[in-house]
Amino acid sequence: MRAAYIARRFGVFLLILWLAATLNFFLPRLSGQDPVHAKLLQQAALGGYVQAGIEEMTREYERRFGLDRPLWRQYLTYLADVARLDFNYSIANYPKTVRELVADAVPWTLGLLGTTTLLSFVIGSLLGALLAWPRAPRWMLWLMPPLWALHAIPFFLLGLILTYLLAFQLPLLPIFGGYSPGATPSFSWRFVWDVFQHALLPAMSIILVATGGWALGMRGMMVTTMGEDYVVFAEAKGLKAPTVFLRYCLRNAILPQVTALALALGQILSGAVLVEVIFGYPGIGTLLFQAIRENDHFVIQGVVFIVIVALGLTTFVLDVVYPWLDPRISYRRT
Amino acid sequence: MRGAVGGIWRYLRRNPSLTLGVTLLAALGLFVVIGGLAVDIEDARPLSAPTLRPPSWDYPFGTDRQGRDLLAVIIAGTPLTLRIGFIAGFLGVGLGTVLGFIAAYYRGVLDAVIRSVADIGLTVPGLLVLIIIAVSIKGTLTVNQMAIVVASLAWLYPTRTIRAQVLSLRERGYVEVALLSGMSGPEIIFLELMPNLLPYLAATLVNSVAAAILASIGLEVLGLGPIDAPTLGMTLYWVNFNAAMINGWWWWWLAPTVVIVTVFLGLFFLTVGLDEIANPRLRRSA
Repeated sequence: MRAAYIARRFGVFLLILWLAATLNFFLPRLSGQDPVHAKLLQQAALGGYVQAGIEEMTREYERRFGLDRPLWRQYLTYLADVARLDFNYSIANYPKTVRELVADAVPWTLGLLGTTTLLSFVIGSLLGALLAWPRAPRWMLWLMPPLWALHAIPFFLLGLILTYLLAFQLPLLPIFGGYSPGATPSFSWRFVWDVFQHALLPAMSIILVATGGWALGMRGMMVTTMGEDYVVFAEAKGLKAPTVFLRYCLRNAILPQVTALALALGQILSGAVLVEVIFGYPGIGTLLFQAIRENDHFVIQGVVFIVIVALGLTTFVLDVVYPWLDPRISYRRT
Repeated sequence: MRGAVGGIWRYLRRNPSLTLGVTLLAALGLFVVIGGLAVDIEDARPLSAPTLRPPSWDYPFGTDRQGRDLLAVIIAGTPLTLRIGFIAGFLGVGLGTVLGFIAAYYRGVLDAVIRSVADIGLTVPGLLVLIIIAVSIKGTLTVNQMAIVVASLAWLYPTRTIRAQVLSLRERGYVEVALLSGMSGPEIIFLELMPNLLPYLAATLVNSVAAAILASIGLEVLGLGPIDAPTLGMTLYWVNFNAAMINGWWWWWLAPTVVIVTVFLGLFFLTVGLDEIANPRLRRSA
């Protein structure tokens, strides 16, 4: 049973990969763009005149790149390349391959996003659980309105406001980038501290917004769970309040939260991309932004594909872990 | 008439979220309408005002580096941004309703296909797929094309949630009674299920509009928006492009930020209020 469940989940993961690759391949071709021709024309225009033989040159290049072969051959070649994570060279930073560029950017995004998502999920869920708990201190109720309001704002807008307050008006934190200009990346305390300071503003803008969302969801689930008979029974048995709270309510209310986490990853990532752009944080989002500015199609496609792979993998892991959290599912049905 | 107004008033007092949402959005609407009468929208174009003036009597919201009057930009841009949201939101919920009802009412293979597509689509980061689509389109987008691009993914979430709602509704007793009394599938869908889902559909619509606005602003900040339209997202793109934050031109980003925050807060509280109508069990005493 267990193997079949995991196999099916893995199948879905592979399906996502195939769909992403196919989308990447066909969408640009549907629009009838001719990148080789466009690039040659651009180069010629830069040189100051348009050569007469540009059509022939285009055809010659297309032959060399295999673009004159039938579409299905190109498609198969593309799938084979993608399977090796080979996305070709960057057009704008030529000797660098897309894979190298992405490899440079991924640790930044992974660090920022991993930390903030985990923190906001844990803090938000605990907060939401406490908000629904009748024995929680009264002052906590005052947290509700600001949490709700923050939750409705996009990450990067809060980022703008925080930057103005904490980096511009009171220059406490650096405004831009992943580390100070001129600092050499190394594993010294100084550099780590520098990176931490730079990550603080982007991280805060994500955590403050996301925590509210998790708290809201958790509060709703807790209210439902606390109405269940087994909770009433646990209280009637005279179990200690913390036991009832943690092992009876929280344990059960957290399950839908994990499902929601798996579903929200894509949205969180979309939001984080913009945060990176606003802060010039050297991760995937900024790489994507630059690629869009420079019309670097290979980088755009590579980044999008790798991010989809990474998220698909995370969802897969969450799917596999989920039955362990909720034994009722026990790998039986989807 | 007075009774009806009084009734609405009493209901709004019982449902503060709805009141807050409606108030925020109405205030914004009023501002845009009155502003549209008082201010020349043409000043939202570059070179129609001196550059980089902080707010003053002549230019209450200041001007940007290309010489746009930012008050005119906000008044011209807010309806454009809302238009993108509404077109994409309506298309998304419309398609989502059709697919959700088909999937949940008729079940079978069609349900499996629709459910899998929506589930898989939802795990993929929407903004990135929209980027690929926007990049693939030749030339720069118009505001309406932008709405269509955003709509291409806007149906996923409504499909999923509406399907779940219909699944639970179709097990109710009155559906069985309708079936036994010989009503056909479409009749049950339109006469029995749809009216019961209307408040829920309204909440979903507001939610989708907010999501669509968020997605469109995202694309615009990344530079994939309608370059010559003064939408809120494009204004933020120029803010970022000209590094207005570091240069201390605070008025440039302040106005669009306040408007966008108002839009999102208004839509959010509207959804919460509508949810309360759709799901009376949420009307809690706490």
